[in-house]
Amino acid sequence: MTSQNTQPELLSGGAMLIRALADEGVEYVYGYPGGAVLHIYDAMFQQHQVKHVLVRHEQAATHMADAYARASGKAGVVLVTSGPGATNAVTGIATAYMDSIPMVVICGQVMSHLIGDDAFQETDMLGISRPIVKHNMSVRRPEDIPYLVKKAFYIAQSGRPGPVVLDIPKDMTIPSQKFPYEYPKEIKLRSYNPNAKGHPGQIKKALTTLLAAKKPVLYAGGGVILGQASDELTLLARKLNLPVTNTLMGLGAYPASDPQFIGMLGMHGSYEANQVMHNADVIFAVGARFDDRVTNATKKFCPNATIIHIDIDPASISKTINAHIPIVGLVKPVLQEMLHQLEKNQGELDQDALGQWWQQIQQWREVHGGRYDSSASHLKPQAVIEAVHRHTKGDAYVTSDVGQHQMFAAQYYKFDKPNRWINSGGLGTMGFGLPAAMGVKLHYPDAEVVCVTGEGSIQMNIQELSTCKQYGLNVKIINLNNGYLGMVKQWQDMNYDSRYSSSYMDSLPDFVKLAEAYGHVGIRVTKAEELEPALERAFALKDKLVFLDIHVDPTEHVYPMQIPGGAMNEMFLSKTERT
Amino acid sequence: MRHILSVLLENESGALARVVGLFAQRGYNIDSLTVAATEDPTISRLTLVTRGDDQVIEQITKQLHKLIEVVKLADLSESAHIERELMMVKVKTTAEQREEVKRCADIFRGQIIDITANTYTIQVVGTSDKLEAFIEALSGIQILETVRSGVSGISRGERTLSL
Ligand SMILES: Cc1ncc(C[n+]2csc(CCOP(=O)(O)OP(=O)(O)O)c2C)c(N)n1
Ligand SMILES: [Mg+2]
Repeated sequence: MTSQNTQPELLSGGAMLIRALADEGVEYVYGYPGGAVLHIYDAMFQQHQVKHVLVRHEQAATHMADAYARASGKAGVVLVTSGPGATNAVTGIATAYMDSIPMVVICGQVMSHLIGDDAFQETDMLGISRPIVKHNMSVRRPEDIPYLVKKAFYIAQSGRPGPVVLDIPKDMTIPSQKFPYEYPKEIKLRSYNPNAKGHPGQIKKALTTLLAAKKPVLYAGGGVILGQASDELTLLARKLNLPVTNTLMGLGAYPASDPQFIGMLGMHGSYEANQVMHNADVIFAVGARFDDRVTNATKKFCPNATIIHIDIDPASISKTINAHIPIVGLVKPVLQEMLHQLEKNQGELDQDALGQWWQQIQQWREVHGGRYDSSASHLKPQAVIEAVHRHTKGDAYVTSDVGQHQMFAAQYYKFDKPNRWINSGGLGTMGFGLPAAMGVKLHYPDAEVVCVTGEGSIQMNIQELSTCKQYGLNVKIINLNNGYLGMVKQWQDMNYDSRYSSSYMDSLPDFVKLAEAYGHVGIRVTKAEELEPALERAFALKDKLVFLDIHVDPTEHVYPMQIPGGAMNEMFLSKTERT
Repeated sequence: MRHILSVLLENESGALARVVGLFAQRGYNIDSLTVAATEDPTISRLTLVTRGDDQVIEQITKQLHKLIEVVKLADLSESAHIERELMMVKVKTTAEQREEVKRCADIFRGQIIDITANTYTIQVVGTSDKLEAFIEALSGIQILETVRSGVSGISRGERTLSL
């Protein structure tokens, strides 16, 4: 776009990097400066296309980029200095890697001739990041920068997405050394072909199996959201009259308010979802990876099911659970092909069997039904999430941290759209929620963005309240304050006779004053009757970040909960009931 | 089960580290590993001997395939193939032992490639089993040093692993 004329512009390595980001359509870079990236920051300063967001800790930059990617489907970009800047980014890179989130992380590095000398702020970032990236590369010659940037985006965003680290020694960006700039239109790698469409024969076999099923279930994961295939999934599920369950990462892939939705599955999944899975004769897995938080004991997993598995990553197929009908391909074209084939040859569904199956499901729905003790004098965290859902009309972007509050948000905020539920499912990173909310709010300033957190998690990146002030990121923070590392406490209650070894959060700050100290609004809620007016006020304050410190029942547990070592359908249903 | 995986890899720095790292990270075994550039200098060929049941081997090959620098790979042990390993053994030899060592090397089609007043260095080429059998056969002899190249392999017949 920039250099269509015959004479390519001459740019320094630093300027090429920024120009390449602009040509890639990048609007924001999240980062933190330091010695090794000063040339790059200077190049950034001298242009206006790519904007920089200064966080207060590099981890937050990675989560901002990550959440932007989760909400938009496009790679987020991070810029950090060498050494401590790069190592501070590691948790965020691993978080993105575990959830297959496209991200490009640009790390400064010491000058090429110093590499290996234990120079000031030198770390082997390629070595450190290797197990937690889709790919990483270093710049050897400044003139390669445009190509390597293009390659980084291509790899990060195609196939099964993931983070890519680009390590740039300082001498690759020297302002006085200029090179002709040209941004490649396209990259082809002989060793990488990410666009599988699925084998037509396998797709046909899958369809035949689904048409003949008597007790089918559609188990859809984060791959449906990453693959932007919610519409196709929804259509197909309706045509085949399938009950649908979503994984923690897949919430919103199928609308939660749809009558065919049976809730999340797995460790804290709904009773009905776990029963349906266990008793199914055909499991149709789409963009899901049979993770240990879903399957419970793999030996006891769904004994009677024929498993159809669509995934772009062949390594996800038959990794923990054997797939009978594997389909390697991008979810969207595969589902489109299924819809197409379905249209062509109207196969007959076994309506009688399906009718019975739905009757059975209805009975399971009534067993637990997401109940919790709402009569208790203490404010219940579940009730708070339900109220937040009401106040935001179910249409907010909800980010979360990790713990009980995360599970309550997943269970009780009924997501009807993809890309709205943003949490660290694979790595389970406390400290994710606030920067994630910031990343979403920056790109969707008019949308309601809510961070559901706990008093433990929020303190892992609370310094970002300062970044929020600087950039006017007016998110709403719902701090479900139970005074404990609640999820740890729950396990200690269940397995360690309530010996609360280091799970009590002593000396909590006054979160209201803390929010105010950062220039925001803080509201404390300690009684049930204060909740409604507090939410009312918080969501009316459109141009303010509001920190709601909501004191909830410290004794509450998350249920249902699968019994460790059991089958999918073996669950605790409350403190006193189990299957 | 023992498997011989043959991998064509972009000849780039870091590519080998990625392969080795994958095995460490995911808890797979490496019995032996050899790597060198091919007739095309942009491509390295890596031969790796590993162990595992079918499911583990399937995961290993899939995970290897995911590495961006891996261009192609094959499990040589799935079909007819030739495997070779080179070993050099330095042994201490008294005057009386020399004949015996020489005879033993001959039986294994080994060659004596270096000699001093007190030592012989023998080179043997063959399958890993054969090399082990040779060491066994040297039972009465004091081995000072052994060096093994690791296994290389190639398919029999017209089948090839190439671009
Ligand atoms: C960085 C990090 N450290 C430790 C853990 C282990 N962990 C999981 S949940 C949890 C407790 C979280 O407490 P809080 O944020 O107050 O949430 P609650 O469970 O009380 O809702 C801990 C310590 C983690 N997931 N992430
Ligand atoms: Mg807590």
